[in-house]
Amino acid sequence: MNTPAIRVENLVRTYRKPGKGWLRRTPGAVFTALDGVSLEVQPGELFGLLGPNGAGKTTLIKILTTLLAPTSGEAFVDGLDVVKEAHTLRPRINMVSGGESSGYGILTVRENLWLFTRIYGIANAQLDARINEMLDVVNMQDKAASRVSHLSTGQRQKMNFCRGFITDPKILFLDEPTLGLDVNAARSIRAFLKDWMRLHPERTLLLTTHYMAEADELCDRLAIIDNGKVLACDTPANLKKKVQQYPLFELSLAPGSDGVAAVSAIPGVHQATKTETPDAVQLKVSLMEDAVIGDVVQSVVASGGRILTLRKTEPTLEDVFIELVGHGLSDRVTA
Amino acid sequence: MTLFIQAMLARSYARVIWMFRNRTWIIQETLLPILTVAAYAYCYRYFGAPEQFVGYVVLGAALSAFWFNVLWSMGAHLYWERDSGNLELYILSPAPMMSILAGMALGGFTTTATRAIAILICGSLLFDVTFNFSQWYLALLTLILTLTALYGLGMMFASLFLLWGREAWHIVNLLQEPVFLLTGQNFPVRIFLSLPLVIVGSALLIPLTAGMDALRQLVLPLKDTRIGLFPVAWELALLAVLGVVFISLARLSLTRLERKAKIEGRLGIRWQ
Repeated sequence: MNTPAIRVENLVRTYRKPGKGWLRRTPGAVFTALDGVSLEVQPGELFGLLGPNGAGKTTLIKILTTLLAPTSGEAFVDGLDVVKEAHTLRPRINMVSGGESSGYGILTVRENLWLFTRIYGIANAQLDARINEMLDVVNMQDKAASRVSHLSTGQRQKMNFCRGFITDPKILFLDEPTLGLDVNAARSIRAFLKDWMRLHPERTLLLTTHYMAEADELCDRLAIIDNGKVLACDTPANLKKKVQQYPLFELSLAPGSDGVAAVSAIPGVHQATKTETPDAVQLKVSLMEDAVIGDVVQSVVASGGRILTLRKTEPTLEDVFIELVGHGLSDRVTA
Repeated sequence: MTLFIQAMLARSYARVIWMFRNRTWIIQETLLPILTVAAYAYCYRYFGAPEQFVGYVVLGAALSAFWFNVLWSMGAHLYWERDSGNLELYILSPAPMMSILAGMALGGFTTTATRAIAILICGSLLFDVTFNFSQWYLALLTLILTLTALYGLGMMFASLFLLWGREAWHIVNLLQEPVFLLTGQNFPVRIFLSLPLVIVGSALLIPLTAGMDALRQLVLPLKDTRIGLFPVAWELALLAVLGVVFISLARLSLTRLERKAKIEGRLGIRWQ
């Protein structure tokens, strides 16, 4: 069996907030950022960490990238201990954080990329081609000679995105990579990530995000994390299945259609709700099993209803998150 | 070793480019120190001191530029790198942190050497200072040993900044003026021989003191008068020892402080 790209066992990380009083003699409160996290990511996976601010996603990434020591527990990346074998591990990984302000404003985009790639020991001969390739991906060739201090936040974010990929890491950590980007830029970056994984099936990507749709679109598997604990870990489809107890159908009926009462009485119908708008009547039915939809359609037609559209709806990751955490991702703002 | 040199040169590039793209430094860092030099030069001339004393002041101003660079660029820069998010990228990379510090030192040295040469040229022309380069090889050795020890001290400061954060700014401010006195920026340090031993001892811990004193003895000698604190050979030996000690301590403290910073979560700006 392959060595997991990432293996984390019972990882705990606590922070002590700054002390109070003269010379900070009163110790600060202890805050637990990670509380016994365990997970495994296989080589070639695009794995997502989904959770609200303060859930512990960034702390986990910092431990995995050797920037932070765990309080207890173990973490291995590419089979190497992130604490004891950090120096061996570092050439194999890279990280990009959304909204990061790294780089030197006095240098151009090309010079910044050159600098942060040279520290990985990559030869000058290969650098130009790699820089050009990445600048093409993010559509920034025209900014290559611009000073970083003259870039917008989004352009700077794109540059940092390039920096992460130019070193061709075996395992890449992306912490909110599309944060602050406009819709088109975020879309092109998501497309690039999918292409990169397709062209480099042996590479592994760990992505943290706030955006449910992004996680749903990109990730092979994902872990939902809140208050430093992994609440669930599976493929997006399986996670959604877990919260979907009853198949849900949505029927759009011509105005004036009725028959909800009749639908509710059909054996196998769990719940039926009707919403009227001037243009249509929306009927939502949850069923004990898919086959019951035939009886529902017959009943609606029999009671004079005219069906405009019929579709089966899937629960979203937002539904999964609410089910697991008890609130929506954007319902709580924490520091 | 190749990675060390690559990383060092890459990091120094940012600093050297700054010199070319930010040209206003020429005015503030060359002409302003000359004003201080002028004040002391006129003072010495008024009291009829030997002409070499004016040279001491010019040389003192040029070498003190390196002290400024070590304090503010070396020490504070690592702190600034942390706040701008670059420090995490350096630590994350396979390049040793000592190579990044060496790059900061090399870049800082390049820009400061330009500034020091400009001060020397302007000062010499304005006050008609003549340097004696008959022992140029010894003068060059003195300069190399002084700067090695000085930048070793700077690397130590850099790691301390990483640990202390904002408090380090106050320490730098505290160190700035006393060092100008202890190194004898504007006067011969031989006068320290008449002061308590602790003052000579403290002064000699700063590489600039022995370096400046040796250089003055070599390039601005006074006939029939001994102006040096100690013979040049002794001062060179001291500088060599200081260089080895400071660079070794810098390496040691950087490793320890990086570990401590990772435990306390101080490599990023959170909780600071």
